[in-house]
Amino acid sequence: MVCIPKLRKGKIMRGLKSFLRYHILEPLKILASDKRALVGLSIVIFYVLMVAVGRLFIPLDLTPHREKRYLGPSWEHPLGTDFAGRDILAQIVHGGRDVLPVAFLTGFVTIAIGTAIGITSGYVGGKLDLAITTFIDIFLTIPGFPLLMVVAVWLLQSGIPINIFIIACVLSITAWAGLARSVRAQVLSIREEAFIEAARCLGLSRFHIVFNEILPNVMPYIAINFMLSSVSAIYSYTGLQALGLIPYEPGTWGAMISMAQAYVGTITGAGCWYVLAPSITIIVLQVGLVFLSQGIDKIFNPRLRER
Amino acid sequence: MTMKWIIKRTATAILTVYIVITITFFLIRLLPGSFIEMMIYYYMTQYGMSEIEAEEMVYSLYGIAPKKPVWEQYIDYICGLLRGDWGKCYITGIPVLEALFYGLPWTVFLLSISMTISFALGVGLGILMAYRRGGILDNASSVFASISRATPNFILGLLLLYFLTIYYPIFPSRGSYDISIKPGFTLEFISSVLYHSFLPIMAYVITSVGGWMLAMRGSAIRVLGEDYVIAAEARGLKSGRIARTYVGRNAILPLFASFAISLGYMFGGSVFIETYFAYNGIGHIIGLAMSWRDYPLIQGGFLLITLAVVLSNFIADLLYGKLDPRVRRGGMYS
Repeated sequence: MVCIPKLRKGKIMRGLKSFLRYHILEPLKILASDKRALVGLSIVIFYVLMVAVGRLFIPLDLTPHREKRYLGPSWEHPLGTDFAGRDILAQIVHGGRDVLPVAFLTGFVTIAIGTAIGITSGYVGGKLDLAITTFIDIFLTIPGFPLLMVVAVWLLQSGIPINIFIIACVLSITAWAGLARSVRAQVLSIREEAFIEAARCLGLSRFHIVFNEILPNVMPYIAINFMLSSVSAIYSYTGLQALGLIPYEPGTWGAMISMAQAYVGTITGAGCWYVLAPSITIIVLQVGLVFLSQGIDKIFNPRLRER
Repeated sequence: MTMKWIIKRTATAILTVYIVITITFFLIRLLPGSFIEMMIYYYMTQYGMSEIEAEEMVYSLYGIAPKKPVWEQYIDYICGLLRGDWGKCYITGIPVLEALFYGLPWTVFLLSISMTISFALGVGLGILMAYRRGGILDNASSVFASISRATPNFILGLLLLYFLTIYYPIFPSRGSYDISIKPGFTLEFISSVLYHSFLPIMAYVITSVGGWMLAMRGSAIRVLGEDYVIAAEARGLKSGRIARTYVGRNAILPLFASFAISLGYMFGGSVFIETYFAYNGIGHIIGLAMSWRDYPLIQGGFLLITLAVVLSNFIADLLYGKLDPRVRRGGMYS
């Protein structure tokens, strides 16, 4: 009995090692062998660092300086200045503080809802499955972005305080159904596999079968959907801001895009930097996420790798 | 493609439309501080009316029966929709359907051209990528396709608007034709229409072509591995003929269904692109309705898009059965 703690410690170390090897190192190696996925990963890490740490180094000053409107790049202002003479680089560095949390939170909410509904539907089956699939079909047919616009107008007028979590929930309304459908299809085929039957014969609980046997097998779909719903969340979030349907703080990417659009007719001189900077910032982030999702697809689909 | 399938499919379609009607009705009717309350306040302060007078004035002006309970209003609303009475715009007072149909021809013109170009270009490039997979062309094109898929259309619209109408004023920035030209079947008018539609079409095509390219590439690679393609090569058929009739036709089949569905989205227009270029289409009208909070128009626009998308989904399913004999006969070899 005395040796149990020692044995457990060894077991934990071994478990940790194999976890590191099979869940972190190996995937990273495959990811690194694909140039595009590596680029995507670096872009996403760069953005996360910029938003999390970068703003400690570059202060954001939003007081207008009329005499410095639309300056070109210089040592003082590497990306020039905007219509009120404020530094564009500082706004870019600070401007992701709402977009990135919204994107990743939307990803999480989407995969949580989608996976839960997909697994329930596929594993329980019967009348519940029929009801859920009909529901999924309906949600896949309703046009997504128009629905978001209607809900955003409602949200804006309803007096509900708008915070990041509410926005993430609204943005996942249109995203969960696709994931739920593919998870359900996967569960339906996994359910018939021999190892699930074996687990059932061993008398393992439903909880164990769902979380330890089925869930790891649908992980690839979940990971890819996390990336893709982040991409569409960034699109919808900044798009709704540009339409004035979601309020924005000054000095965010959404605010910069909206302002550039509103002032586009009056931009003079080196003002092209004010249009280019937020556009390229958002496009590069989107491209990074798409590349990364393609890379994850490759990790989990060895057939794609061999081609 | 049995009777049972058609009945089930129709029931789901009707249920979808019904749910959308219900969502929009309750979301928008349950709003506090709506336009109506604003108007009542306006009449009270501007014309010195009492609250009851102002209420009656506004209700009769906009044809609202607020005294009825909500469920009765709901039934009235659905009956009205079925009769073709989609309500009146709050701001302008013209019927919602009339306002939407005003923009429809422009949107259909703009998006049918954009979608066809995008689809044809995407399919062509996609099959080329599949043939040259792993090569430089394939890698470059798939990077381009990923960027195209990742670029939001409102950002590309903004860039095109700024660089090609303001920085280098090559193209007109606003409207669907030069208003100094009288509309009609004259060469001048048609060329003006085409000139004004160039940038919106470009914005649409560039941001949507990538999706078609990647889809076609994947589909064509799958077909290239099929036995009948190898058999055709072994029989010594010309490679151009194999690409067209063996690979192309089979690879394009699954894409046709998505193309039919995307045609349904055409009726909603593109809110961003049309708003940016002030194009007289349905998307622009819906965008304006959003910023004016014109609820009947918002409801009507959303309903029109939903109807079109549900219908095109339905047609896509039927079409797929017609186009692919394997689906029609129910099973590959039966």
